[in-house]
Amino acid sequence: MLEIKNLHAEVEGKPILKGIDLSIAPGEVHAIMGPNGSGKSTLSYVLAGREGYEVTAGQVTFQGKNLLDMEPEERAGEGVFLALQYPVEIPGVPNTTFLKEAVNSIRKYRGESEVDAMQFLKLMRAKLKELGMSDEYLKRAVNVGFSGGEKKRNEMLQMAMLEPSLAVLDETDSGLDIDALKAVAEGVNAMCAPERSMLVITHYQRLLDHIVPDHVHIMVGGRIVRSGGPELAHELERKGYAEFVGKAA
Amino acid sequence: MTADTETVEQVRDLGERYKYGFVTDIEAETAPKGLSEDIVRFISAKKNEPEWLLDWRLKAYRQWLAMPEPEWAKVDFPPIDYQDAYYFSAPKLKEAPKSLEEVDPKLLETYEKLGIPLREQEMLAGVAVDAVFDSVSVATTFKKKLEDVGVIFCSISEALQKHPDLVRQYLGSVVPPADNKHSCLNSAVFTDGSFVYVPKGVRCPMELSTYFRINAENTGQFERTLIIADEGSYVSYLEGCTAPMRDENQLHAAVVELIALDDAEIKYSTVQNWYPGDENGVGGIYNFVTKRGDCRGRNSKISWTQVETGSAITWKYPSCLLRGDNSVGEFYSIAITNNLQQADTGTKMIHMGKNTRSRIISKGISAGKSSQTYRGLVKMGPRADRARNYTQCDSLLIGPRAAAHTVPYIESKNRSAQVEHEATTSRISEDQLFYCRQRSIPAEDAVALVVNGFCREVLQQLPMEFAVEAQKLVGISLEGSVG
Repeated sequence: MLEIKNLHAEVEGKPILKGIDLSIAPGEVHAIMGPNGSGKSTLSYVLAGREGYEVTAGQVTFQGKNLLDMEPEERAGEGVFLALQYPVEIPGVPNTTFLKEAVNSIRKYRGESEVDAMQFLKLMRAKLKELGMSDEYLKRAVNVGFSGGEKKRNEMLQMAMLEPSLAVLDETDSGLDIDALKAVAEGVNAMCAPERSMLVITHYQRLLDHIVPDHVHIMVGGRIVRSGGPELAHELERKGYAEFVGKAA
Repeated sequence: MTADTETVEQVRDLGERYKYGFVTDIEAETAPKGLSEDIVRFISAKKNEPEWLLDWRLKAYRQWLAMPEPEWAKVDFPPIDYQDAYYFSAPKLKEAPKSLEEVDPKLLETYEKLGIPLREQEMLAGVAVDAVFDSVSVATTFKKKLEDVGVIFCSISEALQKHPDLVRQYLGSVVPPADNKHSCLNSAVFTDGSFVYVPKGVRCPMELSTYFRINAENTGQFERTLIIADEGSYVSYLEGCTAPMRDENQLHAAVVELIALDDAEIKYSTVQNWYPGDENGVGGIYNFVTKRGDCRGRNSKISWTQVETGSAITWKYPSCLLRGDNSVGEFYSIAITNNLQQADTGTKMIHMGKNTRSRIISKGISAGKSSQTYRGLVKMGPRADRARNYTQCDSLLIGPRAAAHTVPYIESKNRSAQVEHEATTSRISEDQLFYCRQRSIPAEDAVALVVNGFCREVLQQLPMEFAVEAQKLVGISLEGSVG
């Protein structure tokens, strides 16, 4: 599904990623954990193709295609979804309008016919119900006046609607109370499927109590310093990052 | 490449590709170039007008000669050579068409290119269309249905023949010829426009709609619109326009007068998409319009909604004279400028009666190297007890070289009157664009989406069928404005 080889990237001339290797197979859930400033979010932005994140070396292959050659919207069309740590507000644009535009842009990219307003609304109501979210989310402007938890749930709704092949969750757990955390985790778990991969980026282990990863990677100083199974997250929780930071230095 | 640079590049790349740039080949019957008393007489004679109107025109012409250009605007253009334009041109027709079947098929084709199939509108939308092609009305529909309830909706030339007293009573009563140089010119040489009269207590059964279109080269357009809502009546009027591509600037100086008597309401909506000139500022329409509504009666209401995306230069202040006690004036505006467009637009709310209220919502979007000014006057007269105004002006900048200015004038001569003014300026953020693109929405669509969101409050004021068109127009106007 996703093959990252020796990825180097910099922001404003400052190297952040210093040789990332990561391979994610279809259906796998990977977690990347690391202290602040380790380059976790940078990795997610590089995968999504955000401007200002310059790749200086390495390759990223997604379903056999060179991801780094594509515009952000093309990557989305190919099935890459990034749940943002800080979802953006778009005043005056109802959630439904935004998502309909997104869904149809993806369909267009894939050469499929667009869904009409009625079909779309039906689909969206069904997803809201599945996620236990209220119909309020249909009309409200994208993330405007949403609480932290509501914003993250809205990201989950978008993920459910867009049905990506690869979902990258950038610190989706940050700023959430335990109930919101559970709700978000349920949303993620419900999305797990044999043809869908997940890359969960988190600072804390607590999200991984609810989303159980197949693989855990520890990222420090722009490199993955250790990889292992779910037990690695627990080890990290006991020992803290200090030990790994030492290793990276 | 930084985000800003990319933005600029994309603006440049996309430029202004005007979608409606074509010219219909119709032989125009044209008066000689230039302006003189003879031309004014020619127009009046051509239109078979009564003596009083000719005198009125001549008086306006003489006043115009002596009048200076208005200075109430931050726009910049070379002096206009009024002698280098034609003041009368009409599509050649043997007789006025009685139905669409008699309309020149070429005209119909033109409208279809613009996405205004008259036949379809007639059947589906229930909209009566008084289509002004160049200066003469060529098609008027749904007359019968309107006649049944007593609504008069026709060209102003026809109204002059059939309802001369009504025209004479109200023409120039809101915008006197000498109001400003542009309105004065219009009074002297106006060739056509729309006339609406809604009788007492009648709620007009459909939206009235006119599509204006500038066609003949170098023809100044001087539309004259007069709408009268008699006591307790209601009418919603839509005006929309597009123009073919041109290299020479074309002057457009329309006058619109609205009169609302006791308990009457007029809703006037405009979508203006005239040719704005190319990316280098060559060509484009000069749009110098005087629009004013007179809330003459008690509890009357006049509401202006405008979406201004076209023209090289826009000079326009749809205003309300709130004369009647408890009358209400509203102004909802979206103005979009790109490339080298200049727009100076806003409103004047003149509170004269007691308990009068006004509401101003202005959304300005400037992209490219364009410059835009909101200019508004709120005036509370000495008798405007407990009058209230609320003004909100939001500006959105796209790219580093666009400019936005907000110039509110507030004059209050009444201690019990209240005036509120709020203003914001913002940019489309890189975060918003990335977020949209990550959700697969291409940059250009993302800009249209964000801008439509920004304008939502105003778009919602438009009648449904117009709102959809306006939303598309927002996207078209900003093509190439952001990356």
